[in-house]
Amino acid sequence: MSYPTSTPAPAVLVLEDGTRYVGRAYGRQGQTLGEIVFATGMTGYQETLTDPSYAGQIVLMTAPHIGNTGANDEDMESSRIWVAGFVVREPARVPSNFRSQRTLEAELESHDIVGISGIDTRAITRHIRSKGAMRSGIFSGDRYDISESEQLELVRGGASMRGRNLSDDVSTVEPYSLPATGERIGSVAVLDLGVKTSTLNYLAERGFEVFVLPQSVTAEHVLSLKPSALFFSNGPGDPAASDAHVTLLQEVLRAGVPYFGICFGNQLLGRALGFGTYKLPFGHRGINQPVLDKATGRVEITSQNHGFAVDMPIEGVHESKTGFGKVEVSHYSLNDQVVEGIRCLDIPAFSVQYHPESASGPHDANYLFDRFRDVVVAHAAAGAGDAK
Amino acid sequence: MPKRDDINSVLVIGSGPIVIGQACEFDYSGTQACRVLREEGVRVILVNSNPATIMTDPDFADATYIEPITPEILETIIAKERPDAILPTLGGQTALNAAIALHERGILTKYNVELIGAKFEAIQKGEDRQIFKQLVLDAGADVAKSYIAHTVEEAVGFAEDLGYPLVVRPSFTMGGLGSGFAYTEEELRRIVGDGLHQSPTTEVLLEESILGWKEYELEMMRDTADNTVVVCSIENVDPVGVHTGDSITVAPALTLTDREYQKLRDIGIDIIRAVGVDTGGCNIQFAIDPANGRIIVIEMNPRVSRSSALASKATGFPIAKIAAKLALGYRLDEIPNDITKVTPASFEPTLDYVVVKVPRFAFEKFPKADARLTTTMKSVGEAMAIGRNYASALQKALRSLEKRGSSFHWGTETRSVEELLEVAEVPTDGRIVTVQQALRKGASIEQLFEATKIDPWFLDQIVLINEIADAVAASDTLDTEILRTAKDHGFSDAQIGELRGFGEADVRKVRHILGVRPVFKTVDTCAGEFPALTPYHYSSYDQETEVVASDRKKVVILGSGPNRIGQGVEFDYSCVHASFALSEAGYETIMINCNPETVSTDYDTSDRLYFEPLTLEDVLEIIHAESQSGELVGVVVQLGGQTALGLAKGLEAEGIPILGTSPTAIDLAEERGLFSGILADAGLLAPRNGVAIDFAGAVVVAEEIGYPVLVRPSYVLGGRGMEIIYDSGSLADYFTRMQGQGIIGPSHPLLVDRFLDDAIEIDVDAIYDGHELYIGGVMEHIEEAGVHSGDSSCTLPPVTLGRAEIDRVRDATLAIAKGIGVRGLLNVQFAIGAGVLYVLEANPRASRTVPFVAKALGITLAKAASLIMVGTTIAELKAAGKLPEIDGSRVPIDSPVAVKEAVLPFNRFRTQEGLIVDSVLGPEMRSTGEVMGIDRDFPRAFAKSQLAAYGGIPLTGTVFVSVSDRDKRAVILPMLRLSQLGYTIMATEGTAEVLRRNGIGATVVAKFSEKADESVDTVVDLIRREEVQIVINTPNGRTARADGYEIRAAAVAGDLPLFTTIAELAAAVGSIDSIRTGFEVTSLQEYAAQRTAAL
Repeated sequence: MSYPTSTPAPAVLVLEDGTRYVGRAYGRQGQTLGEIVFATGMTGYQETLTDPSYAGQIVLMTAPHIGNTGANDEDMESSRIWVAGFVVREPARVPSNFRSQRTLEAELESHDIVGISGIDTRAITRHIRSKGAMRSGIFSGDRYDISESEQLELVRGGASMRGRNLSDDVSTVEPYSLPATGERIGSVAVLDLGVKTSTLNYLAERGFEVFVLPQSVTAEHVLSLKPSALFFSNGPGDPAASDAHVTLLQEVLRAGVPYFGICFGNQLLGRALGFGTYKLPFGHRGINQPVLDKATGRVEITSQNHGFAVDMPIEGVHESKTGFGKVEVSHYSLNDQVVEGIRCLDIPAFSVQYHPESASGPHDANYLFDRFRDVVVAHAAAGAGDAK
Repeated sequence: MPKRDDINSVLVIGSGPIVIGQACEFDYSGTQACRVLREEGVRVILVNSNPATIMTDPDFADATYIEPITPEILETIIAKERPDAILPTLGGQTALNAAIALHERGILTKYNVELIGAKFEAIQKGEDRQIFKQLVLDAGADVAKSYIAHTVEEAVGFAEDLGYPLVVRPSFTMGGLGSGFAYTEEELRRIVGDGLHQSPTTEVLLEESILGWKEYELEMMRDTADNTVVVCSIENVDPVGVHTGDSITVAPALTLTDREYQKLRDIGIDIIRAVGVDTGGCNIQFAIDPANGRIIVIEMNPRVSRSSALASKATGFPIAKIAAKLALGYRLDEIPNDITKVTPASFEPTLDYVVVKVPRFAFEKFPKADARLTTTMKSVGEAMAIGRNYASALQKALRSLEKRGSSFHWGTETRSVEELLEVAEVPTDGRIVTVQQALRKGASIEQLFEATKIDPWFLDQIVLINEIADAVAASDTLDTEILRTAKDHGFSDAQIGELRGFGEADVRKVRHILGVRPVFKTVDTCAGEFPALTPYHYSSYDQETEVVASDRKKVVILGSGPNRIGQGVEFDYSCVHASFALSEAGYETIMINCNPETVSTDYDTSDRLYFEPLTLEDVLEIIHAESQSGELVGVVVQLGGQTALGLAKGLEAEGIPILGTSPTAIDLAEERGLFSGILADAGLLAPRNGVAIDFAGAVVVAEEIGYPVLVRPSYVLGGRGMEIIYDSGSLADYFTRMQGQGIIGPSHPLLVDRFLDDAIEIDVDAIYDGHELYIGGVMEHIEEAGVHSGDSSCTLPPVTLGRAEIDRVRDATLAIAKGIGVRGLLNVQFAIGAGVLYVLEANPRASRTVPFVAKALGITLAKAASLIMVGTTIAELKAAGKLPEIDGSRVPIDSPVAVKEAVLPFNRFRTQEGLIVDSVLGPEMRSTGEVMGIDRDFPRAFAKSQLAAYGGIPLTGTVFVSVSDRDKRAVILPMLRLSQLGYTIMATEGTAEVLRRNGIGATVVAKFSEKADESVDTVVDLIRREEVQIVINTPNGRTARADGYEIRAAAVAGDLPLFTTIAELAAAVGSIDSIRTGFEVTSLQEYAAQRTAAL
């Protein structure tokens, strides 16, 4: 697959503002639409591709060389690739890693992912940074040949991320459970809004028997399982469009069940407590994001992937407008002071906007799973429920 | 925790002279630290013996001591200045070792001074191999199986368990000094023997071999709140077995999955925590078994290192600056990221480009040295390049080396695949080109991986480059698409020209017509996530450029490229000074350089920084881009050594204005015939001379002017190929050795001069504005003519020249400056023999001694010269106080004396057989660095220079002396004095005879060649048994040198003071009294105050 001698198929990335970048087809040829976002991690492309939170998005990798370590079964964060499209500068020709089982390009093709390579990814990143995230499309093969205006029309006709509920697209259809792998301390009901394999594994390691539930379950069903705790996962979409999940969360919290949420689960806790959410101009997507833990004054380098955030003042203690008592921001981003974590002071509930399961990314925040376990154990010990 | 309020003054320890393994990266880190500390309102006291550095510029500290870095001198400085704290983590191993010595001698406690940056315990934990090993195991990580040995016999015993090959690493040395692979017991004995000697704690670590594993480094920082970040990951393209300083390296790591990378990060954090580095940086090296991912921790340095400098330049994250702030108590999240201004330093930089570093070697200076690369660092410099992909970064880095054959080529290759594979198996300088040739000839990636263990991904990138080369060669026309593909993968116009069979200039013309030009991207630490406010650029053949227009007048300054022998930090000093002066004068300064170790490539030295190769093509493209965005006044070429000067003609031909001395004028100085004309017009004499382009011609010239002759190729720096030739046989030998190096030929004739025996050599640095000459300094060499000026020690002001002689030198310099048409700097070398003044050579550019002059006399020539280049006159500079009224040819009688001494790398190199390379000084420069001693008179200054260079001469003990016949007369007086001072004297028979007849008692010792059997002790045996403390040996011409060689080799191996000239010996003997009385210290600022008071 030497490319200067064999002419590669062309491809074009079209943004909703009309900007076009012509490059080479990568992965499956055809057409794909989605919100264009950039991810700045230098490692972990396979985890990124299989992270359900990227559903509906065309992901641009700012690191130029992608695919160097090939693809393997172990680094899958879910059963499939979720990105709507993939944009890279330099795809690897030869994968090299002792765990590599196949090339990334083959992986993309087998998952029908339309991508583009050989374009000025930095120029696009700077463009998104200044103009904000926007709708986009990749066109290759016979779709490359349709007119520019038709391509632009298709892009502009695509779904906007604002107001979009994607939970049903990514959630499990059937409930399933995982046994605790560490010493069992209780059970956790996981609402699958796009959960990652690593998250489930860390919960099981901390002693939770894990019940993974479809996003459409009712509060009655959750409570009927008598879980020691509730967990809302990360996931794609606009939290403002998830009223049912907010209601479910409020009901379970009122029942006194301890709660931990990650990412989308943080936004939903914010809403359950009566705060709003808003869309960030271009989001946080990287594995180098500094977050301050206000309680300890320590900085965590975190893995992040969010385009929305909770609207809450980072200083001071606030009263939940929905009757859950006092609430404070526990963590915030040192880059732009966006809320990165919420802690309830009167009920056993907390959540973070970033990814303590960090696949990919640094393990600095992994202690949060310990904190969750400790909260649940303490809650049980206080007699508020049977944790065993 | 915010900044501590109990630290008001800090002593910063520098790294001393440039040596292999410890180069100007510590000038960069030290300069950054000094700047930060002063910005924080801390009084900075600096000690460094290296005058060529920018950090020793008096502007960077409150008290700058150019003094030897010894515990005694440091105590004197501490007693005088009473600093609150000492910062030892930015001056390499030298500073760390000095801090350990201060701690161990109780000096820190005595003066109540605290170590900041790293506590003593942390230094100990990181550097002591046994403690470190335990700590790694405690962190749940693995180490190579190993043993500590304190004797050779112990080592041989352990080797039985570890098996051969095995690795030997001495404790507490830098740059891997003394370490290596032992394949046999014989090699083990030799390496361990040397290693025990090199280690200050007389211990070596023996380790299981992990040859061929993948090698990685993490650069990390930690603060007092236990916040830890990885600034950069670095992957070595050359696998384990080649010192990381000698490896081609790439940032970020390119062949790790996130899981493996995070494992390294977790281990790294555990280690930095366990070692206890909590206010600074450290670097940790890992090896990974490519077959199964097993990770081994190789070592860690609890300080800023060479890799930290590389990581800082690679990411835009200023490690040294941040380390200095952490040392003052700040936390990472309290320090803003310089580049974005709005985000904090508590993050991990992410790169949207690839950085490649390649080492530069100097084996041509040591032809006998073993050129195989091992775990002992041998390179003398490095070049770094940034590209949007690995192929372009690699190709740019290779051409940045400015060395013939360092780039990939597609010309004739006569070797077979088998031969190439065999050559590639042994790591050497330029192996990457051998690999490229082997792949080009059809070797498979598998075969090359087998031979080299270079990761298949990197090998495939070379395959890709070869494929593109084939496509370029096969393409019907040079169209936009093929040009863009080639340029995107780093092909130079010259390489494309080679492939297409026409010239570089023609490729460029076609390329420009087709509009194929690079854009310039920004190094911003965050892959574009936040706007970058720092114009730190690199080229790429991408779509969007980030060069911002400006309405200021621009000046481009060409740097000096990778360090090499003959062109090092001194030139960076001049470039940086020009940038400061021109910026102050209101110009927008644009720096171009490719050396990651330097201050010039710090993003806040100049208004704009281009990290690019210094080739005509790359420079022209930058100038084009900058001309599009403002008014270019011109280009400064006379400060960046031969690298920058070599581009002058090409730039002028493209219509680019050259500031200062014109390229035509530069030719007047370089071209022998033209220069002779200038001398004749001025009534000046040169030694009898001629030029030749081949052996036959050279013999004719040499016979006409008479042997001995000094031969030197034109257009070279550092005396490359310069030798003293005594007869036609040696001349023939010389031509054989120089063949094929492309340094002698019709366009580069060989200069043949009559060699002046017993003459005094003088160096002059001056500036000329077209009306007035200003002398910076007149330097008198201590060694007689024939030793390269870079290797010779010299004194400023001169100590044996009379007023009349200095006036003659001044007049001659003026005549030459006028004759050439200098506008800016001029360096002239003179010799005075039998009362006659000869002009040896003149160079209209910054010389190696410009910073020495600045430190010794406070005259900042580089700054003045850069202003002259943009039209300021010397009179105006004097009036503005930028130059002292009285120039350097009129030094007041009570001024201090400064002595510069060279530092030589002989103990770094061995022959293939493991023998030391010869250490006689000659006309070809071989020193890597220099030190300065400054005091109230010559003996004291000289003594300090020796102390700084090698520890100084011992005050008691046995002196061995063996000199050539022509030196026998001159050696008598110094030996008499040594004898009176109580030294025991040993000599070879001939020398002993002369000494005894002159009433000096001397024991006769057998020469090496006189060893009849084991019962006879020769001088070499005595030196090896450490029964001799000082060695004096002067060589006999070019023949009968074997005995001398053995003596000198033994002396170098034993690190003994070795004198190969009588002049240097006499100076040393004269300084002994001053050593006995001890030294006082005076800061450059105090000297400056004395000068002002004297006016």
